[in-house]
Amino acid sequence: MGDYLKPIPVADPDSAPFWAACREHRLLLQKCAACGAVRYPPGPFCPHCRSRSAEWIRSAGRGKVFSWIVVTHPVPKDVYAGDVPYVVALVELDEGVRMASNIVGCAPSEVRGDMRVEILFDDVAPGITLPRFKPAETPSR
Amino acid sequence: MWTLRDKYCIAGIGETAYSKASGRTVLDLASDACLKAANDAGVALEDIDGIVSFNFNDSVPAIAVATGLGVPAAQYAVDYAGGGNAANLIVLAAAAAIEAGLAKNVLCYRAMNGRSGFRLGGGRELSARGVTQYTAPFGWITYPQAMAMWCRRHMLKYGTTSAQLAAVAITCRQNAALNERAMQREPMTLEDYMRSRMIVEPFRMLDICLESDGACAVLVTSAERARDLRNRPVHIMGGAYGGGPNQGDDLFDALRWPDHAHNYSKYIAADVWKSAGVGPGDVDVAEIYDCFTYSVIMQLEGFGFCHEGEGGRYVQGGRISRDGELPINTHGGLLSEAYIHGLNHVLEAVRQLRGSAGARQIAGAEIAFTSAGAMTCGSAMVLRR
Repeated sequence: MGDYLKPIPVADPDSAPFWAACREHRLLLQKCAACGAVRYPPGPFCPHCRSRSAEWIRSAGRGKVFSWIVVTHPVPKDVYAGDVPYVVALVELDEGVRMASNIVGCAPSEVRGDMRVEILFDDVAPGITLPRFKPAETPSR
Repeated sequence: MWTLRDKYCIAGIGETAYSKASGRTVLDLASDACLKAANDAGVALEDIDGIVSFNFNDSVPAIAVATGLGVPAAQYAVDYAGGGNAANLIVLAAAAAIEAGLAKNVLCYRAMNGRSGFRLGGGRELSARGVTQYTAPFGWITYPQAMAMWCRRHMLKYGTTSAQLAAVAITCRQNAALNERAMQREPMTLEDYMRSRMIVEPFRMLDICLESDGACAVLVTSAERARDLRNRPVHIMGGAYGGGPNQGDDLFDALRWPDHAHNYSKYIAADVWKSAGVGPGDVDVAEIYDCFTYSVIMQLEGFGFCHEGEGGRYVQGGRISRDGELPINTHGGLLSEAYIHGLNHVLEAVRQLRGSAGARQIAGAEIAFTSAGAMTCGSAMVLRR
């Protein structure tokens, strides 16, 4: 992982399939095998029916902006100085779960609430792929 | 729900100076504030049998204070893992411990070198484990960054403006000008606010609380014992701790929170008022947790001082100033007095109810409200003289 100084996601038994799929440019979500509820972040139990039985489904990677921030003051300064301003957003996926990510591919000032976005995969370092979002190009549903 | 209305009191308060560099150990700060609170109440350390604190791995444990001050019989020496959410919780917990017979006189403190030592606002571990693996890799790391997301959501949903956030910051600063203990006392105008550096949109520098070295402590005992002590007791009428569904995996995480346009306050308000037997309209002075300007607006809504979505308009026009309908943060709050994680709000409420707040005194204050927390969980109390 060499020169990559930003926070590195440390996969655990709950999250390993999620990050492995990101490396293959697929977004996976956990779906309860008992009640069908989709959840994120991954976890050992279904919070709706408490089943431990789950399957991984592929997300279409589309959604809309629920809220967002524009980071203008880098913290840690040396790590993010070259990145500001950057956008962190809560994206509501069409599958009904919310995830934190970045909005790229447009100026930070162009981000709007409820803006349609779609996924892109960013291979930031060997073995680390982050799911980010950009303004949707394909027609929204 | 809290069922101990008026049975327990805050009988003593103590604090250190607030600074950017105390030059003292956290143990020194904690012990100093605790000793002052015991002396203020007139309770000998030999009669202290409980010490409760909360921390973020940035403090000293209660047993260390007991050991350092030579408290001979500290039976209920307990540390809560928490942030601002716990500042009223530890007071309620102290009363609950006494009610259960676990202690008789309990010191509650918060102590830290929050600027010169462990800076809570400065960042977190860069290895993203647990729930942090779903946030930090995207450059979402600090508490200002976490809470800006909430503020934006409130703006989106209700049209809250920067000028409304400014009204909170300016009010706190006006109050701090009258408080010799406050770390920031120079006047602040709307123009100053607007010109302050953007840190993480929608937050400017002046939306974000201070970082402080210091400590606060209170002594909690039964109303019966408090009657015979040195200072006028302040009664705990009601209070609550908690939040809504999906409070998250830690104090940063709110990925599954229902809607970031409201916070924990909405979920505990009913218990707070019901337990106290009064309502928002009965409050003479409110010390509301202000780690960021927006958190005051969300709590004014959540606790029912105004309707949901109206907090932005409520804070404008002087309603929350010293001579307004609901004076808030009369000491200057976390924004301008010091960041002692909300326990300094409790001390100020006690001073107001004792009538000892000096130039800041709200005339005739009989009932005070305090709160602690900004995101998915928090605590609040109603106090009376």
